[in-house]
Amino acid sequence: MSWRGRPWQWETDRRLVYVIMLLSVVGPLIWRISFREHPSPMVQEIFDAIEALPPDARVLMAYDFDPSTDPEVKPMGDAFTRHLALRRAKLFYLTLWPLGQGEIDQVLRRVLLAEFPEYRYGTDFVNLGFMSGNEGVIAVALTDLKKGFTTDAFNASTAGDNGMPIMRGIDNLRNMDLIVSVASGYPGLREWIQYAAVPGRIPIIGGAVAVMSPELFPYVPGQCKGLLAGIKGAAEYEQLLIERYPQLDRPEARTALDRMGPQTAAHFAIMALIVLGNAMYLLERRRERGRRP
Amino acid sequence: MHRAVPFAITFVTACVLICAALVPPVESIREEFTLFFDILAAFAFLLGGASLLGQHAAKIHRQAKGWAYSAVCLVSFLTTLVLGLLKTGGEGGLGGSVTGEGTVLAWIYEYVLGPCGATIMSLLAFYVASASFRAFRVRTVEATVMLVTAFVVLVGRTFLGGLISAWLPPSLEWLGIANGVQWIMSVPITAGNRAIMIGVALGIISTSLKVMLGIDRTYLGEDA
Amino acid sequence: MTRRLAIAIFALTLLLLALIRASTGAMSNPFADEQALGVWVSAALTLCMLSFLYGDNPFFKFAENVFVGVSAACWMVMAFWRALVPNLLGNLAPEVPVALFGMDLPLDVGVGRRLLYVVPLLLGLMLLTRFHPRGRAISAWALAFIIGTTAGLRFVTYLGSDFLAQIHNTIQPLVVLRDGAFDARATLSVVVLTAGVLCAMAYFYFSREQKGLLGAASRVGIWILMITFGASFGYTVMGRVALLVARMEFLLRDWLGFL
Repeated sequence: MSWRGRPWQWETDRRLVYVIMLLSVVGPLIWRISFREHPSPMVQEIFDAIEALPPDARVLMAYDFDPSTDPEVKPMGDAFTRHLALRRAKLFYLTLWPLGQGEIDQVLRRVLLAEFPEYRYGTDFVNLGFMSGNEGVIAVALTDLKKGFTTDAFNASTAGDNGMPIMRGIDNLRNMDLIVSVASGYPGLREWIQYAAVPGRIPIIGGAVAVMSPELFPYVPGQCKGLLAGIKGAAEYEQLLIERYPQLDRPEARTALDRMGPQTAAHFAIMALIVLGNAMYLLERRRERGRRP
Repeated sequence: MHRAVPFAITFVTACVLICAALVPPVESIREEFTLFFDILAAFAFLLGGASLLGQHAAKIHRQAKGWAYSAVCLVSFLTTLVLGLLKTGGEGGLGGSVTGEGTVLAWIYEYVLGPCGATIMSLLAFYVASASFRAFRVRTVEATVMLVTAFVVLVGRTFLGGLISAWLPPSLEWLGIANGVQWIMSVPITAGNRAIMIGVALGIISTSLKVMLGIDRTYLGEDA
Repeated sequence: MTRRLAIAIFALTLLLLALIRASTGAMSNPFADEQALGVWVSAALTLCMLSFLYGDNPFFKFAENVFVGVSAACWMVMAFWRALVPNLLGNLAPEVPVALFGMDLPLDVGVGRRLLYVVPLLLGLMLLTRFHPRGRAISAWALAFIIGTTAGLRFVTYLGSDFLAQIHNTIQPLVVLRDGAFDARATLSVVVLTAGVLCAMAYFYFSREQKGLLGAASRVGIWILMITFGASFGYTVMGRVALLVARMEFLLRDWLGFL
C-alpha cells in the first residue's frame, strides 16, 4: 500500500477502508456482541396486528425475494412465520420471484415443520410456489386465486372438493384476513399494496430490505398497516416475540438480534470514515485558502 | 400491417384492462388477458435463457477473449437446466416439487446460488464505505443536511438509538434518537418520497396513455 | 507485490487455516455428506466473489460465470414447471401433464377454453421468433400484447394507489386536537408533512421560472429531498452491511466453526 502523498491522495489505498469494514464486522461476530432492542411504535403495531388475528385466520405469505438479499429479509419471514404459527393461523405461501420458491421451501423446512410439528400440509399451510407474471399474478389472484395457481408447489390441484382442505372456501385474495409481504424489490410489497390491498381492501403488513423501505413509508399507515425496515426492523420484531413468547429465546429465533452487534460496529466504522474524510477535506480547504494571496 | 397490427394489439389490450376497472362484466376478459400475460412472462424467461446460450456459444465458437469463462457459464447453465427439468433427486419424480427436499436444484440453490448472490450484494458494503470516505463531503448546506440525516439514521438504526432515548425522562422521551428517527421517517422523508411518488405516478400514467394511443412506439423499434 | 502473488498468499493462508481447523475437528469433512460438501462449495464461492475487492481476477470471473449460468437455468426451470406446464399445458391439453408427469390437474376443461389458450401459445412462440432476423416483426405482436397489458394495468393502479391515494393521505386537518385539546407535536408533524410534499413537488415543477414564492418553496423542497436522500443513504448502508454480516457469519460459523 502506498502511503505517499497527502492523506486526501490516498485514494489508491481503498483496501484500507475494506480492512476496517471487515474488522468492524468480524470482531463483534467473534466476541458475540449483541444488544437488547427497543421496538419502535411501527414494529409494535405490526406485532399487535398479528396478535389480534383470530385463530384459524387466513394469512397470505408473499415471499418475494431471492438469495441475494435473504440475509436481510429471511429473519423477518422466519419471525412472521413463527408468530403466525403460534397464533394458529392458516398460511398460504407464494412467490412472484422465480428463486423465491427455494426461500419458501427453506422456511417451511427450517421453521414451520421443525418447530411446529402439529402443522399439517394442506390443512394448516400450503406452498403455492412461484408463478410468473409479476403484478399480473396479483391482479388475477385478486379475483381468482386458483386460476393463476392451478397447482401447489408439489403439483397437487388447488381446485375441486377433493383437493386440499385449506383451499376450500378460498376463491380469491379477498378471502384472506391479512397479507404479509416479505420483499426485496420488484415485484414486492409495493405491488401487493397497489394491486391487492388497495383495490381489494385487504389488510397488509410487510417487511422490506432497508434500501427500498424509505420509498414504502408513504403507504404507511394509509394503505399498509406497518413495515419492518431492514435488519433492524427484524431485530425489533424478534425482541417483541421473545418478550411475548419466552420459549422462542433460542439462537435460531434471534438471528437478526445476534447480527445487530456487528451491524452497529459497521455503522460506526462508516460514520468514522465519513468524519475522517471530511476532516481531511476541511483541512485541505483551509490550507488552500491560506495559500491564496 | 407491419405497424398497424402491434399498435392495434396494444390499444385493445390496454383499453380492455382499463375498462375492466370500470365495467365489472369485462373483468373476466381482463382475467384471461392477465393470465396470458403471465404465461408470456414465462416465455420471456425461455427467451432470456436461450439468448444467454446463443451469446456464449458464439463466443466459444469464435474462441473470443475469455471464452473459457463462457464455457464455465454454459456448463453451469446446461447442467442446472437438465437437472432442474428432470427434477433429479426429489421425491415424486417429474410430478414432485421442482425445489423440494432432496432435489439437486435445492442443493444448488442453497450452496451455489445463495452464497454467490448474497456475496455479490455484500461487496457493496465495502464500496459504500469507500465511497462515503472519499466522496461524502460537507461542501454545501444541502450536503450537510443530507449528511446529518444519514448520521441520525445510522445511529438511530442501532441499539444506541433506543439506549439514548431510555436515559431521557418520560416527558422528554420524544427528544430521543429513536423517536427522532421515527419522526424523520414518518414526516420529512415520507413527504419527500410522497412527492416523488406522485411525480412517478403521473409519469407512468402519461407513458401508459402515450403507449396506448400509439404516440410512443419505441417498443416497436421506432424513434420516440 | 503483484496482484497474483497477493491473491495466492491470501488463498494459501485461508487453506492453511482451513486445514488446521479441519484437523482439530472444528470443521466438517467436505466429503462426509452432501451438506458438508455444500458448505465447502459455498465457502469457496464466497471467497472467490470476495476476491473482487482486490480487483478483477480469474477466481471472481469463474464464480461470476457459474452464478450467471445457474441463475438463468433456475429461472428457465421455474418458468417451465410452474407456469408453462400447469397454466398453459394444463389448459390446452391437461391430459399430457397428467399422463407424462403424474400431475394432479382437472381434466374437465372445455373445448372453448382449450382453443382460447392457443392464443398465449401462439404469442409465446411469436416471442421466441425474435432470434431470427426476420422474426422481429412477428415477435413485435407478442411484445405489443405485453406492453398493452402493462400499460393497462399500471394506468389504473398508479392512478388509484399512488396518485389519488397519496394525495388523499396528504390532505389532513392541519390543526390536530387530541381529547379536545390542542396537540402541538401532532400539528407540527402534519404541517411539516403537508408543506414538505408541496415544496418537494414545487422543486419538480419546471414549467415556470423558479422565483418568488415558487422559488422559496423549491428551496425548501431541496432540503426535504436532501433529508430524504440522507435517510436513503443511511438505510442503504444498513442493508449492505447486513448482507456482509451474514456472509461473514457463514464463513466463521458454518465453515470455520469459530462461533
